[in-house]
Amino acid sequence: MLILSIDTSAIASAALIRTVPASYGAKASAAVVGSFATEDTRSHAEVLVPGIESLFGDAAVEGPALDAIVVGVGPGPFTGLRSGIAAARMLSFVWEVPLHGVMSLDALAWDVCGAASRDRNLMGGEFLIATDARRKEVYWARYSPGATLLEGPHVGPAAELPALPVFGAGAGLYRDELLARGCTVPDAFADAQPTAAALGLRAAALLVCGDRLLPSAPLYLRESDAKVPGPRKRAL
Amino acid sequence: MNRTEPLILGIESSCDETGVGIVRGTQLLANVVSSSMEEHIRFGGVIPEIASRAHLDAMVPTLRAALDAAGVSLAEIDAIAVTSGPGLAGALMVGVCAAKALAVAAGKPLYAINHLVAHVGAALLDESLGAVSVGEDDGGGPQEVGDGGGLGRLANIGALLVSGGHTEILRVGSIAEDVEMLGSTIDDAAGEAFDKVARLLGLNYPGGPAIDALAKTGNPRAIKFPRGLTVPKYMGTPAEPGPHRYDFSFSGLKTAVARCVELFEAQGQQPPVADIAASFQEAVLDVITAKAVLACRENGITTLLLGGGVAANSRLRELADQRTRAVGIRLLVPRLSLCTDNGAMVAALGAQLVMRGILPSGIAFAPDSSMPVSSISLR
Ligand SMILES: [Zn+2]
Repeated sequence: MLILSIDTSAIASAALIRTVPASYGAKASAAVVGSFATEDTRSHAEVLVPGIESLFGDAAVEGPALDAIVVGVGPGPFTGLRSGIAAARMLSFVWEVPLHGVMSLDALAWDVCGAASRDRNLMGGEFLIATDARRKEVYWARYSPGATLLEGPHVGPAAELPALPVFGAGAGLYRDELLARGCTVPDAFADAQPTAAALGLRAAALLVCGDRLLPSAPLYLRESDAKVPGPRKRAL
Repeated sequence: MNRTEPLILGIESSCDETGVGIVRGTQLLANVVSSSMEEHIRFGGVIPEIASRAHLDAMVPTLRAALDAAGVSLAEIDAIAVTSGPGLAGALMVGVCAAKALAVAAGKPLYAINHLVAHVGAALLDESLGAVSVGEDDGGGPQEVGDGGGLGRLANIGALLVSGGHTEILRVGSIAEDVEMLGSTIDDAAGEAFDKVARLLGLNYPGGPAIDALAKTGNPRAIKFPRGLTVPKYMGTPAEPGPHRYDFSFSGLKTAVARCVELFEAQGQQPPVADIAASFQEAVLDVITAKAVLACRENGITTLLLGGGVAANSRLRELADQRTRAVGIRLLVPRLSLCTDNGAMVAALGAQLVMRGILPSGIAFAPDSSMPVSSISLR
């Protein structure tokens, strides 16, 4: 199975994932066969689609052969988040390839879980993922040691998070508040962001098991700031 | 690629309309628009974040509907065109990302197009205007530029664009290569002023149609509202033009209307809303039409094209007709579905660029919310 993964919930990234079915006693596996990621979180409209194109020799020819497209549905800053979903929906339409959504914080939880299997000191129990929600808040969710989503995603101030290990760029940004709360902030993940590579591996693991993913609807978590204007004050 | 009658798909998302249009040369094949206008009513104006959310959900369904309406497949399309500015940044981003993905997925060249110039391109699609705008020799009128095939049909004309998002006078030397901004609003767009005044008068959003209707029952000379940027210090003379000779300003007018309403209320009187609506509308449209005609006369322009949603206003059409007629300027008003924001106008401009052999923009460009008209497409 060949999967195109896209995430723009923080940085802009894309990856091609190939899954290998279980055979001769070997477990099913998945590997990243190509990936692209930005450093910054504000150039999605320029770089995302060229980045996706770079994963293919000839995208228009190879795209229709994909088995699935998965896209991070956030939470993340709205404008950036939409750029990935807009592109993913269009690719899915043109190539006639099924599109699935994955909660973006799951990607980072997948990375944390992988790192923890190599370094048992990293975390041993439940943990949190936090990313930058701007406006002095974080997007966050709580996971089991096996990276199963237990709670969230939420948006709120870092100072309101449960006292658990916190991974992700949101933790690095608000380290002092989190430490004061009794959280721990492992250095190795203090500036980590969700990536399409991790999102795609996570999605592949679920798809191989026949699990259902999410629709591609964005998880905004916040309303638009618009306020319904009150009645005009009369001069009387 | 077919360069004589290219099949172009255009995508528009600069404000609150998600538009996808398909043209073959100057022939309109599909013009599908999904508007989020209803969602903005309770706020009394376009909320950018709400518009952006609606664009995301409307984009693929609108594209599908346009392909169905035109009866063409993506494989047949020669090139994609998308509005890259000016407009609301977050709204533009949705259309641009979708268009880039479409271009890559279908393997088509992509043109990043100026929304204001696309409004001018809309006129090419209205057959009823085509006959009058092509190749008539009336000394300075629109001229066929010589290479036929509809190229240069919009040469040497003026364009007056009036909407909730913009208010401009353009000089169009050639739609694909030479467009100049002669004047524009320095604060609110005219349509925005209509929305704000409608709210002051207790009318519904959008304010344009509401004020147009109410004004018919009022006296446009009842209240003397200010005409922005019309005093000599801004206008100057033809020989020595002032700093805002062809520019507009509506924020002072809006304040004057608010004062007027408050004055009546402070005296315990019901404000005469029909007279206020008529007088306000006259103040806006008097300046707009007078300056547009002035700009045409001083720039050797004998054809004026009207575009933008406010082209629906009956008094604007009337005044523009009277004033252009009086000085021998030909007025072109495309049908309303081509005046309001739409994808077909984007496709129409894209087709002109392809026919001129102008290179596509690639897929690495960024949307530009303040894209100048001198930039007809991004290179
Ligand atoms: Zn417009």
